[in-house]
Amino acid sequence: MPKPDEKPASEDQLHSDGHSRRAFLLRLGAAGMAATAKPLSGFARSAEPKTEQSSGQSNLPGLIPVTLRVNGQEHRIRIDPRTTLLDCLRETLHLTGSKKGCDHGQCGACTVHINGRRINSCLTFAAMHQNEEITTIEGIGQPGHLHPMQAAFVQHDGYQCGYCTSGQIMSAVALLKEPCGPDDADVKELMSGNICRCGAYPNILAAIKEVRGHMNGGTKNASI
Amino acid sequence: MHPFELIRATDVPQALQKAANGSPAQSVRFVAGGTTLIDLMKLDVERPRQVIDINGLPLNKIELLPDGGLKVGALVRNSDFAHHPNVVRDYAVLSQALLAGASAQLRNMATTGGNLLQRTRCVYFRDTSLPCNKREPGSGCPAIKGFNRTLAILGTSEHCIATNPSDMNVALTALEATIHLQGPKGERSVPINQFFLLPGDTPHRETVIEPGELITFVTLPPPMDGSRSVYLKLRDRASYEFALSSAAVVANVSGGKINRARVALGGVGTKPWRSFEAEKALEGQSATEDQFRSAAEAALQGARPQSMNGFKVELAKRCLVRALKLAAKTA
Repeated sequence: MPKPDEKPASEDQLHSDGHSRRAFLLRLGAAGMAATAKPLSGFARSAEPKTEQSSGQSNLPGLIPVTLRVNGQEHRIRIDPRTTLLDCLRETLHLTGSKKGCDHGQCGACTVHINGRRINSCLTFAAMHQNEEITTIEGIGQPGHLHPMQAAFVQHDGYQCGYCTSGQIMSAVALLKEPCGPDDADVKELMSGNICRCGAYPNILAAIKEVRGHMNGGTKNASI
Repeated sequence: MHPFELIRATDVPQALQKAANGSPAQSVRFVAGGTTLIDLMKLDVERPRQVIDINGLPLNKIELLPDGGLKVGALVRNSDFAHHPNVVRDYAVLSQALLAGASAQLRNMATTGGNLLQRTRCVYFRDTSLPCNKREPGSGCPAIKGFNRTLAILGTSEHCIATNPSDMNVALTALEATIHLQGPKGERSVPINQFFLLPGDTPHRETVIEPGELITFVTLPPPMDGSRSVYLKLRDRASYEFALSSAAVVANVSGGKINRARVALGGVGTKPWRSFEAEKALEGQSATEDQFRSAAEAALQGARPQSMNGFKVELAKRCLVRALKLAAKTA
């Protein structure tokens, strides 16, 4: 079992040579074009508002100016009004931790927080979320500084393929602040909007129980 | 998804004005939570030219009315509605129904007004490659001879058998809520049982709302004296699924006698199904299982099952009997 402070392998994880799988794939896709992909641009952090140029389409007609605050960072972008928050996070801001599963609000892989409350980012337009605090899995914790829920998912092996994991964790973190009864059934009910096709549910439940137990004075540690 | 213009409104008159400016009026949609509209826009079932974002409107409060009822803003999110202390205490059936619907994420998005306008989950309605009288009037209803396991058995017509999918609407129907609208012709209030339309030969018209009209709030009458209320939902899986059958019951039972009862059924009707027949069979009678069964028989007397959903007739009866037993505390 991995140690709790280790991050599960992800498409964004830096390899020892300083490159990520996604950055590699992006470069591969751009190889035939004049453009060069900018690896990890979504992870560069600075206090200055960022103007995204990444798509190379920012001056197309029909695009509207939108300012989004994501994980404490302000982004000034121009997007098509049809852009869902999920697509904007992934394709424009390169925050690829939020996943696209069903794209119809049925699987929960796209779960993010708006002002601390969890929502399905695939069923809302990005332009509807200006002046709000958007939080993605990248803003919950990072390698070396994991959120307790991320650490608990690692410790309890709360995933197999990992595709639903960021949505599961975003739901689980939000659940901590929601009215939720003490029983396993209560947690399962409130996690029913996050589907895991690998069936890691018992371990996901164990991870959530452990974090809830710590919050309640550490008396309800989960058993696996 | 078809292109559209996204327009923001910050108050009700502005939203109405922007809707009135839309052309044609039928191509304008208000968006709040977006959980139905954006889903259907992705499927090309909805193709608005203008989408008016009404999330900035001041309609997100729940207020206590002088008569003891509640006034609920159209933008109150389903999760906030369900957990509001007055709703939990005085309208348990509504809190339970809201929490039985969708997922925690969707309940944080979905609004009171949007839930009232939630569209059917009929697969033929959602698939633009197939005919559907609701989506394209006159094109036909393949559901009647097709996959109709989840579809309606009450209030159907030869043109449409689509089920109203909402849980909240069933509870609001049992609670005799009133829907308040504002539009180009002013304000009006519609009792919920007159708000939803039967499909008849116009299944594309689901409510009395006119183009450019906006739901502003919903009011609930004061809670029924000495009543208990219950929402029971039966479905294919334990959570995050639409009802095959549900029952909302508000009843005043004392000394083993049913003094007053309000009954609505979900998952079986083309609209949230108020059963006056069941209420008549209950009021003034003893709170016994036999009497509950008589009420359930009365409620389903007009049922017209299709090839695959005949099981819903008995399921709906048992669902109502069980809900009545829970409300009367005999279960």
